Amino acid sequence: MMQLTCPLCGPRAENEFHCGGTTAIARPPLDCSDDVWGTYLYFRDNPKGDHAERWRHTHGCGLWFNLLRDTLTHEVKAVYAITATCPEVSS
Amino acid sequence: MSGFRLPVPHGGWVDRTRPLRFQFNGREVQGFAGDTVASALLAQGIVHVGRSFKLHRPRGIFSCGVEEPTGLVDIGLGGARTPNTRATDIAASAGLQAFTGNAWPSLGLDLAALSSRFAALLPAGFYYKTFMWPHWHLCEPVIRRMAGLGVAADAPDPDRYDQVSRQAQVLVVGAGAAGVQAALAAAQGGQQVLLVEGAAQWEPATAARLPELALAGVELLTACTVVGLYDHGLAVAVQTVAGAVRERLWQIRAGRIILATGAFERPMLFPDNDRPGVMLASAVLRHATHYGVACGRSVVVATSCDSGHLAARGLVAAGVNVVAIVDHRNDAAIDAPAGVPVFRGSAIVAVQGRRAVKGVVVAGHGGGAVQQLEADCIASAGGWAPAVNLHSMAGGKLRWVDAHAMFVPDRVAPGIDSVGACAGVFDEAQALAHAAAVGRGIAHPAAVGQGIAHPAPVGGLGAVSSNSSPSAAALSAAGRTPGKVFVDLQNDVTADDVSLAARENYRSVEHLKRYTTMGMATDQGKTSNVNALVLMGELTQRSPGQVGTTKFRPPFKPVTLGALAAGRSGVRHKPLKRMPGHAWHDAHAPVWEEFGGWQRPAAYPREGESLNTAAEREALHVRTHVGLFEASPLGKIELYGPDAASFLDLMYVGTMSTLSIGQARYGLLLREDGVIFDDGIVARLGEQHFWVNTTSGGAERVALAFEEWLQCEHVGHRVLVTPVTSAWGNVTVAGPKAWALLQAAGFDAALAPTAMRHMTCREVSHGGVAMRVLRASFSGELGYEINVPGQHTQALLEHLWQAGQPFEVMPYGIEALMILRTEKGYLHLGADTDGTTFPGDVGLDRGIAKKAANFVGRRSLLRPAARDADRMQLVGLLPLDRRSRLPVGAHITLHAPPGPIEGHVTSSVFSPVLGHPVALAMLRRGGQRVGEHVTAYHLGRPFAAEVVKTPFFDVAGERLHG
Repeated sequence: MMQLTCPLCGPRAENEFHCGGTTAIARPPLDCSDDVWGTYLYFRDNPKGDHAERWRHTHGCGLWFNLLRDTLTHEVKAVYAITATCPEVSS
Repeated sequence: MSGFRLPVPHGGWVDRTRPLRFQFNGREVQGFAGDTVASALLAQGIVHVGRSFKLHRPRGIFSCGVEEPTGLVDIGLGGARTPNTRATDIAASAGLQAFTGNAWPSLGLDLAALSSRFAALLPAGFYYKTFMWPHWHLCEPVIRRMAGLGVAADAPDPDRYDQVSRQAQVLVVGAGAAGVQAALAAAQGGQQVLLVEGAAQWEPATAARLPELALAGVELLTACTVVGLYDHGLAVAVQTVAGAVRERLWQIRAGRIILATGAFERPMLFPDNDRPGVMLASAVLRHATHYGVACGRSVVVATSCDSGHLAARGLVAAGVNVVAIVDHRNDAAIDAPAGVPVFRGSAIVAVQGRRAVKGVVVAGHGGGAVQQLEADCIASAGGWAPAVNLHSMAGGKLRWVDAHAMFVPDRVAPGIDSVGACAGVFDEAQALAHAAAVGRGIAHPAAVGQGIAHPAPVGGLGAVSSNSSPSAAALSAAGRTPGKVFVDLQNDVTADDVSLAARENYRSVEHLKRYTTMGMATDQGKTSNVNALVLMGELTQRSPGQVGTTKFRPPFKPVTLGALAAGRSGVRHKPLKRMPGHAWHDAHAPVWEEFGGWQRPAAYPREGESLNTAAEREALHVRTHVGLFEASPLGKIELYGPDAASFLDLMYVGTMSTLSIGQARYGLLLREDGVIFDDGIVARLGEQHFWVNTTSGGAERVALAFEEWLQCEHVGHRVLVTPVTSAWGNVTVAGPKAWALLQAAGFDAALAPTAMRHMTCREVSHGGVAMRVLRASFSGELGYEINVPGQHTQALLEHLWQAGQPFEVMPYGIEALMILRTEKGYLHLGADTDGTTFPGDVGLDRGIAKKAANFVGRRSLLRPAARDADRMQLVGLLPLDRRSRLPVGAHITLHAPPGPIEGHVTSSVFSPVLGHPVALAMLRRGGQRVGEHVTAYHLGRPFAAEVVKTPFFDVAGERLHG
């Protein structure tokens, strides 16, 4: 079980959180093609390495926030606001 | 072997003033407080304690700790029985019941031991090769009884368990010399240190340092074994408490972890090295020094390293008779104890005795004359294997050190260090210095650079021969067919099995393990893995480092399911929610059932009624009179804010911003892929204030979805989402006499159906309590949903019950509700819909095209899949005979199955008001098939039915207006 750092509450055990998957997926406009919409709905990268994802501190303050996490080592490289862009980190 | 108790002062861990008695296979065993089951058995000369897994050979106690492969016993009776515990790891206690797990039919008379006569027919892979024909399942029951270990508990576990979560700046695992040194160094540097020891008692050297540890503020836990290391410094440990609580699960989140878990001794390889009486030398010594038990009257030490000689010295000092040392090597850098003969360059080539060691035959590796020695115990010392299990679980790598024949930690995992024997450091002075440096390094992070700040001074074992097998010449000198050389005692894997695996090209360590079962089961190969890898390496011209090890996985030692559940079992496994009116219902004797995590009345059967007849009576009564229902689990969310209305338009398929204050509207929520996710009624209480009802099961996920969209997507919207489900009770009054009842109960005339229309909401005060009354109906009758602060629910139910007596008011349960709504063809989410249902499939897509807002899921409804004319659609079904109730889940096919599925029955009830069954179904192109006859199949039985339009009852929908 990982330990994640909620921007409001500090370091907490993973089971207080809910993972919302890949973050900042751009939603295509309503008039996009079916292919573009289908890709948006169903296709996700599954990287071995850095992955930007969003989490909610469900059993805590309820805040949604972003993490940059290495899916291989589970090292959390950055925690940033849901509306912020991912900071540059050295890999 | 005839073990006995040594005189005081040997055996500091047992308290000879506190004798105790327990039972082993029904026989009384005497011991002392501090004994393990194994030490007490050994002290009584009981050597044969079990039968092996596959060959059913007699087996005894082999070790003195968690690594025990053969001394397995079941503990306890009935529900409290714990199978396959290590006799060496279980404290003896007064009245304990211990049993041999697998000696079918008995320990002494073991018919299955016949199988060892046919051992040549049972090589590795035997099951796979032999029992493929005619069918594995025919052979499996017999094999399961023959093979296998203990007997599982046959009733719920009566013992109690609990769980503790802890944080520590530094966690030290293992309180041997190195662990204590590291803990002290870290604590003296100002760190908060937790030192966890698996044994129930302190090593004598550690006990001497307890005052120092206390002074430094080191917190101590004993009888607590770390069984797994997980992400981000999480260690999980299981502690034997043996009080009101049997075991305690510890979850320890540590900033740094120092492993000081010691090493396991490797056994020597020689023929019949599994006979009861063959033990690890360290175990023979430890039983003498810690428990005051001599494991035999004549001990032969078989060794391939200096530690065998050290063990012999220790045994002599403890007063144990060592008759000889058989050293695999030609020379040792260490002197044997005075008067003990040493056979150098020699090996044990035969063991005499079947159920117990009676003697050994020793031969030189060059062959020639053999020596026969009387002995009842063989102490086996084939080198050491650092306990790298936890290091490896944490992602650390391993390196093979050929000179000492061992795997040691190589690249370390971040925040995790190894010290002492588990780091491969066997020289005590070096181990202490290294442990202190690691401990201090933690105290001063500046001292820790990149990589390993304090490289471990691996060594201190002297020369160790990696393979301890006798030479071919030595074996032939014995002049008889050599016995089996066991590598893995628990799984009956022999050196020949490893050779067979190599010949059949199962050379990868992972294949070797699965083909031979080497390293599996309760001991996970703690005493066998390295020997197997050495053999495989020699057979395939590779070093053990090239062969590699299998992955170490938690748990480090077997853990009871009770400890993992940690008290969350039985009713505590998944606690059911109770409605605020629970006690009121209980007084009306309902059948309680679980619906979506809530305990709710299914129906209120009267004397002699079944659940169905009760539900039909209740449903009919709602149609003719009036019923009382508690709908408190209905999800309730309040939305406030200037953008609440426009936000709801973005969430719901329907438009909510056009609601006037006091109006309510039904709405569907979709996922982004267009599938129906929840439904419910939204009422507007104020310009910026909405009351949102969700399904009972969807209360949490709808609030979560609202929050996600507000925080992550529509971030500019000023809306406050407050889930209030448990704050409000909901009492529903439904039926033609609903208003008459409310009027009699003194409710405001403003609620009369003439004054308050269907799908409107009023905030009223009744008896000084603020209530929110919604005119809505899931039954098709005049209905009032009265939302009331939770604590007033029971009083309101009772008040309405009393006021309703003149109207013959009747409580109704979920089953009656399902009859009523099915008669009306109302959608029940999750029953009639599934993870593929779009709004159009259930006829709820009106107005979508004209809606302005881009609500969630809208784009997906335009995809070809959503517009496919062949989609399943919700229809009504009537059995042609008007008698047979269609089974829910019955599949509709064109012809008798197998064949393409046309649809399935989703809801089905007997309608008391219509006098025949009715059903709902999802049917391909259902909307265009009204009037068609179809056949639904259930377990081979056909049901003929007609496709009809819904609702079945009150087609014009006039009844709900009262």
